[in-house]
Amino acid sequence: MSNQSYDPRVNRLKLGNADDPIKVEEGENWNVYEVFHQEKRGAHHEHVGCVHAPDPQLALVFAKEQFGRRKKCVNLWVVRSADILAFDLEDEDMFANNLEKTYRDASGFKVMDKINKFKGEAVKPPKA
Amino acid sequence: MYGGGYIFDEPNKKQLREEQQHDDPEKLAIFEARISKGEKIEPGDWMPAEYRRQLTRLIEQHAHSEIIGALPEGTWITRAPGFKRKLALIAKVQDEIGHGQLLYNAAETLGKSREAMINDLLSGKSKYSNVFNYPAKTWADVTVIGFLIDAAAIVNQVANAKGSYGPYCRALERICYEESFHLKQGHDALISLATGTPMQKAMLQDALNRWWQPIMHFFGPPDKVSQHSEKLMQWRVKMASNDEMRNQFLDTYVPKLWELGLTLPDPLLHKNIETGRWEYTDPDWDLFFKVINGGGPCNQERLQVRRWAEEEGRWVRKALMNPKERRALPVA
Repeated sequence: MSNQSYDPRVNRLKLGNADDPIKVEEGENWNVYEVFHQEKRGAHHEHVGCVHAPDPQLALVFAKEQFGRRKKCVNLWVVRSADILAFDLEDEDMFANNLEKTYRDASGFKVMDKINKFKGEAVKPPKA
Repeated sequence: MYGGGYIFDEPNKKQLREEQQHDDPEKLAIFEARISKGEKIEPGDWMPAEYRRQLTRLIEQHAHSEIIGALPEGTWITRAPGFKRKLALIAKVQDEIGHGQLLYNAAETLGKSREAMINDLLSGKSKYSNVFNYPAKTWADVTVIGFLIDAAAIVNQVANAKGSYGPYCRALERICYEESFHLKQGHDALISLATGTPMQKAMLQDALNRWWQPIMHFFGPPDKVSQHSEKLMQWRVKMASNDEMRNQFLDTYVPKLWELGLTLPDPLLHKNIETGRWEYTDPDWDLFFKVINGGGPCNQERLQVRRWAEEEGRWVRKALMNPKERRALPVA
């Protein structure tokens, strides 16, 4: 190629012929890791995305570049995407909340009604 | 930044039509009802074959555009005028590469591997934004790219962020947040030239004249000839028509150029007060298609540089690779 680039660095490269394509093999770009970001000490780590890396150590390095370069970050976790175990999306209905399960919720217990009723009925103590 | 309204489509659609016939009409109805309610579609959900194919193309080409788009700007890192501009440009180029990674991940959730996408880019099967087939001749070009191309990209990305595919929307939210810095630093650098010495002004005007046609091409062919259909709009893959986005861009940014005393090389360019829409000379669409198909000034150089990086980096990737790793797609 007659190299006419405006970039002197490109002109210094020995560029091959574009008509002779190379093939990237499956797996060459490594494996996928999910990334969890912690904004401040004591906060939950939250899933923010993923990176490609050959091992967990490099996954952390790439995660820092990708997800830690702007907003506040004090810690990151990475875990191989293949190691994530999740429920089937089709089973979503098993999480449906039965309205009659208020016995599981704080709102299912109305103590103030009883306390107020009790106080109203109680004989007031005579004035000293 | 991103490639605008034009999504390159493969000419042979025969196989696709056969696949589409296998879409279960009942599932399709549920899918379409979910989208019309504003729900997001997630990776494991059922989706029509055509939805998957179009989204893969869209996100993949967006990812390629981020990576290739960093090349004309990266050229100028070593020659940026001053330390602050150099720092900002390095940060911007790093952001663009990061955006490419986010988008490749989003595309992978649809089932296409990272390697297959890179192979399709290198062989020319998969396209990237046409604007990056033009060279950045002077520093003024970098300011025009940083301000106007990024502005155009933001118009597109803000629209797409409201689309129906969850992983793409989440990637775009993060991207748009960072693009606001790109736009601001580009505007700042452009204003420095526009309010500078006569030589700086002339350099900027020259760059603007050269970039105007590629910028008008950015959002893709006019609606009257664009084949991208109502179906993509209904499925919230495409969020606004090419002409709508172009009009929105002109409406916001042409006044910002005119107020600096700059001119644009189109005597017909003006806003029609009655319709509220901008009118302009139709750019050369034959040239647009010629450049997409490899005939632009930098197509060869861009792909050769990308290919060089892939080849020269191979031994590092291989040395670090563990062939026994159990591989998977991103989960979300």
